[in-house]
Amino acid sequence: MHATPRFEGSDNYVATADLKLAVNAALTLGRPLLIKGEPGTGKTMLAEEVAAALNMPLLQWHVKSTTKAQQGLYEYDAVSRLRDSQLGDERVRDIQNYIVKGVLWQAFTAPEPTVLLIDEVDKADIEFPNDLLRELDRMEFYVYETREMVVAKHRPLVIITSNNEKELPDAFLRRCFFHYIQFPDRETMADIVGVHFPRLKQDLLAAALESFYALRDVPGIKKKPSTSEFLDWLKLLLAEDVPAEALRTENSAPPLHGALLKNEQDVALFDRLMAMARNRR
Amino acid sequence: MLIDFFRALREARVPVSIREFLTLLEALQRGVIIPSLDEFYYLARLTLVKDEAHFDKFDRVFGAWFRGVDAVFDEKADIPLDWLIKRFERELTPEQKAQLEKFGYDKLQQRLQELLKEQKERHAGGSKWIGTGGTSPFGHGGTNPEGIRIGGTSRNRSAVKVWEQRTFRDYDDERELGTRNLKVALRRLRRFARQGAADELALDDTIRATASNAGWLDIRMRPERKNRIKVVMLLDVGGSMDDHIERTEELFSAASSEFKNMEFYYFHNCVYDYLWKNNRRRHSERFETWDVLRKYPADTRVIFVGDATMSPYEVMAPGGSVEYNNEEAGAAWLARFVSAFPKFAWLNPEPEHLWQYRQSIALIRQIMNKRMFPITLEGLERAMRLLSK
Repeated sequence: MHATPRFEGSDNYVATADLKLAVNAALTLGRPLLIKGEPGTGKTMLAEEVAAALNMPLLQWHVKSTTKAQQGLYEYDAVSRLRDSQLGDERVRDIQNYIVKGVLWQAFTAPEPTVLLIDEVDKADIEFPNDLLRELDRMEFYVYETREMVVAKHRPLVIITSNNEKELPDAFLRRCFFHYIQFPDRETMADIVGVHFPRLKQDLLAAALESFYALRDVPGIKKKPSTSEFLDWLKLLLAEDVPAEALRTENSAPPLHGALLKNEQDVALFDRLMAMARNRR
Repeated sequence: MLIDFFRALREARVPVSIREFLTLLEALQRGVIIPSLDEFYYLARLTLVKDEAHFDKFDRVFGAWFRGVDAVFDEKADIPLDWLIKRFERELTPEQKAQLEKFGYDKLQQRLQELLKEQKERHAGGSKWIGTGGTSPFGHGGTNPEGIRIGGTSRNRSAVKVWEQRTFRDYDDERELGTRNLKVALRRLRRFARQGAADELALDDTIRATASNAGWLDIRMRPERKNRIKVVMLLDVGGSMDDHIERTEELFSAASSEFKNMEFYYFHNCVYDYLWKNNRRRHSERFETWDVLRKYPADTRVIFVGDATMSPYEVMAPGGSVEYNNEEAGAAWLARFVSAFPKFAWLNPEPEHLWQYRQSIALIRQIMNKRMFPITLEGLERAMRLLSK
């Protein structure tokens, strides 16, 4: 067996030591990696960056509330076959023509190892993860219609993300590695910003970080601003050319705070707190 | 050596299985990590722990196991959590109890404040400082009959006011074992309906339609059949409920895997202006009860879980809450739930034969129109039958 590639982070993505280890362990043992974390901490981006860094093709499966596990394997289009049979189409004799391959099938039969992203697994029905147990464990499944067994040529690196909206079944968890992306601390955040805005002025960054973490600490905020919102906000600050001094406002909202607070109740709460702080003077 | 580590994790109630342990060994064998303690820590956590809620427990076991690195992982100067280890507990004889100095309630509070200011470190035993197992009126596990309880679980349950901000524990569904029976009972509460987009081939309909169409294919689709029941669970947490944690966890675990549309909120003793979803953040992240009342449609099944054991003032009087000064009585809030959601039930972990001796249970039972059921299989079945009507 050839040496497994190792993931060491990339130019566009700051991976902490434990995250790198998680990806490498999943690569070496060929097990799925389950990623959880606050929204906006780069769970989905991880799969893209790993695929880019390791030069592996990326297959994505975005799960919705209506997604069925079967759709990831294959779908048998009975309705068009019925229609074709009425029209006397020749294709109708071969059932293969009506089997639509899903992402897992594609990943299993790809000529090279792939990265397979199963995004937001918790959005689907509670049975969804259970229906994929054998497929993710043994990396094979059976197609009843054609009586054929699809076995993975190379075990793909499966990255599964979850926002914790539903509990995942134990049997499923036991088969995965689990990594929780913590909200980045100040230094990591500065690194992340450095990757995205290499030419950002230091004083602006310091001031922005200051007011960002202060905002996250405001008690009672329903939707705490995340990394991706912070990056959007920085982009806005740069576009509007806001000087660093403008951010050092003690008792008023930081400029363009609409990019950080996405909930009108949070904005109202924040305004009230600011008004209280002003009145105290 | 690692087997003992594995056992220590199981003892600390981190749900690890043999399979996960073998995975860890396999990873070590395949040389996933360079031999360093940091990397081993990450790898062990990656393979063995599957929920960030257990990270804390894992850290403690890991720290205790690899002595010396203890200090690295033990970042908390978190006195109340430490107190949960009640190794200093001791029983006092009734004579000793009688000897204990008795304070009045106000004086108790005042003295507690003074002591908190004076005291900077953890303390156990003794008769003056706040700590565990002592005979001082402050702390927990102690035996002063008029003590104020700080952290930990109540043993004598006579603390005048619960003074714990942080040690209320969330009911996690650690208790997967033994919940099967409960799940079967909860399964009665099902209401299948075909709703939403038509995405399933209705074979019977298609055949009928095709036949009446003189053999010309007429395809009929229908929406898939799904359980459409909506459940809101309101759970009492802390205080007298500590004695029932195990049973409530079982129920919660069973319910959260059985119902797809289930929401839950916590309250303490009785429902007032606010509910919360996370006990650690109960003071910063709370939900207005009015919002909850408005948010869910009227056919939502509301299930209260609580022992309804409290002082009658907490139900009947404004300002009766042990937590803060509530403007409206708990009874008014309960009545609002009952009228907003006609399908409701109260599940009580206390045995049914004890209900008659508690005044507050009688009060709440009356507000609930006698729809109070014990958390037994039989009681659960009765409740579910009522709710599924």
